[in-house]
Amino acid sequence: MPSARSEDRTELEAIARRLRSHIVTATTKAGSGHPSTSLSMVEIIATLYFGGVLRYDPANPHDPDRDRFILSKGHGAPGLYAVLAEAGFFPVADLMTLREMGSPLEGHPNMCRLPGVEASTGSLGQGYSIGIGHALAAKVDGRDYRVYVMVGDGESEQGQVWEAAMYAGNHGLDNLTLIIDRNNNQQTGRVNDIQPLDPLDTKLEAFGLAVRTIDGHSLDEVASAFEWARSTTGQAQAIVANTIKGKGVSLLEAAQDKWHGKPIPKDEEAKALAEIGASL
Amino acid sequence: MSFNIKRLKLEEGAATREAFGETLAELGSDERICVVDGDVNNSTFTNHFKDRYPDRFFNAGIAESNMVGIAAGLAGCGKIPVASSFSTFLMSNAFDQIRMSVAFPNQNVKLVGTHAGISIGEDGPSQMAVEDVALACSLPGFAVLVPADGPSAAAATKAMIEHEGPVFMRCGRPKVPVVYPNGADFHIGKANTLREGDDVALIANGIMVAMALDAAEALASEGVQARVIDMHTVKPIDVETIERAANETRGIVVAEEHLAYGGLGATVAMVVAERKPTRLGFVNVGDTYATSGQPDEILERYGLTPDAIADAARRVLKD
Repeated sequence: MPSARSEDRTELEAIARRLRSHIVTATTKAGSGHPSTSLSMVEIIATLYFGGVLRYDPANPHDPDRDRFILSKGHGAPGLYAVLAEAGFFPVADLMTLREMGSPLEGHPNMCRLPGVEASTGSLGQGYSIGIGHALAAKVDGRDYRVYVMVGDGESEQGQVWEAAMYAGNHGLDNLTLIIDRNNNQQTGRVNDIQPLDPLDTKLEAFGLAVRTIDGHSLDEVASAFEWARSTTGQAQAIVANTIKGKGVSLLEAAQDKWHGKPIPKDEEAKALAEIGASL
Repeated sequence: MSFNIKRLKLEEGAATREAFGETLAELGSDERICVVDGDVNNSTFTNHFKDRYPDRFFNAGIAESNMVGIAAGLAGCGKIPVASSFSTFLMSNAFDQIRMSVAFPNQNVKLVGTHAGISIGEDGPSQMAVEDVALACSLPGFAVLVPADGPSAAAATKAMIEHEGPVFMRCGRPKVPVVYPNGADFHIGKANTLREGDDVALIANGIMVAMALDAAEALASEGVQARVIDMHTVKPIDVETIERAANETRGIVVAEEHLAYGGLGATVAMVVAERKPTRLGFVNVGDTYATSGQPDEILERYGLTPDAIADAARRVLKD
């Protein structure tokens, strides 16, 4: 398997802009989907796939030694598809078939239909447990791959997330990193108004996880957090990434609690893409 | 604990859960097999596997949702995970995880639910899985197995591991009479005809198979020849055997230790309605939850007896 690709900072910024552009254009064309949920995780997935974090080979998506990224918050599918396409798992042009009948780019990720998708998700709360299964299999087989799971903060209201945190924490699964996309919003409003999670970091620590809180849009902080996770031994890790729902598009950022599951209207698309700098 | 099934001339045998646990440990030299248990491994008998292969045994604690998710992840890495717990906690508590993480992505996960049905007795209805077969059958791609006795459960365990794709196997708590004293021939989706007869067909699974044999004996003394079919696989159902029974007898009685809706009876009725309409009778728990009590008392109270099966056959033949 080729070693991880490590690109310089300017290149990573360009990739982040391309991912945002794909997210906006694909969901606007589909007329549905979750662009704001996808936009909040862009720097994290860009760094995972292009910042030298994940070990993967698009030509061999089931390589037993690959690192795994599981998107538990399955409605972030447009973001996952964008990064998988850019990484070479399928053609970038396919992104425009999002949610179409016959396309493997379904509304939520389907691991049986799309290479690079590690778990079928969309019923919230389930990805972390699947990640534990992958992490345990690595221990059983003596393989050195790592497993990364991203959950949303709204998703963390699901009890299963905490069952999994308890297990990962108690069993010291140091090859497993949880990323919480803490964009502070869920379907009908702000997480803090619906089911406050704070203090999230100390909660996770109490479950036995090593925790680091970062600005999820700072490429430097994201890269440094993954470096920290990789060098942590004997303990499962959690990265609380503070993010902005709809990051990069002022229309969405201005009313983060109003745009869940809504694509950018066609007549706002050009402005959004200009803000992203997608003409690059 | 054992059943007092009158007239049945068979030795008391092992519980199906016990046969499962022992067989699983025997198969454990296959390094793909991993076990995830919901902290009931001394009840599901996955302890035997744990003792021999501790590195591939994981106690998920009392957290079935996480347990099933872990199994799905192991399957995603090429393992053959067996997730085991009491059937109601496995199938009911973790149903969405089974649907989303196992069935939808067609993962090679083996779910084994023990302490199924009302024959667990004293622990009462909160512990009794009476919906589990319906839940499992509702899932696309699942094979659903309900072995009748120890030898059958042992053979089913082997078949389950060899089968490619998700499987739910239902086991019981009590020791049950041996139906297959010489070992069982267990092929998923292929029913076993245990007794020939052309007047009526008794289709049963689980503990009801031994009772159906007993009922057939009683019916024979009245000159009624009952065919007894062990429909150990509810899904995929053996259409051919059911159709033949519908063609060659005057009616069918379906007996199961499960609620009336969505189990073996409903599945057989679907086949009969489509292929060859015939008179049907049903012996099951009905549309209610049971209570605590001695297993024999509870089975009697809810009409799961050889007499109830024989009566249902007589009603079918009357019209």
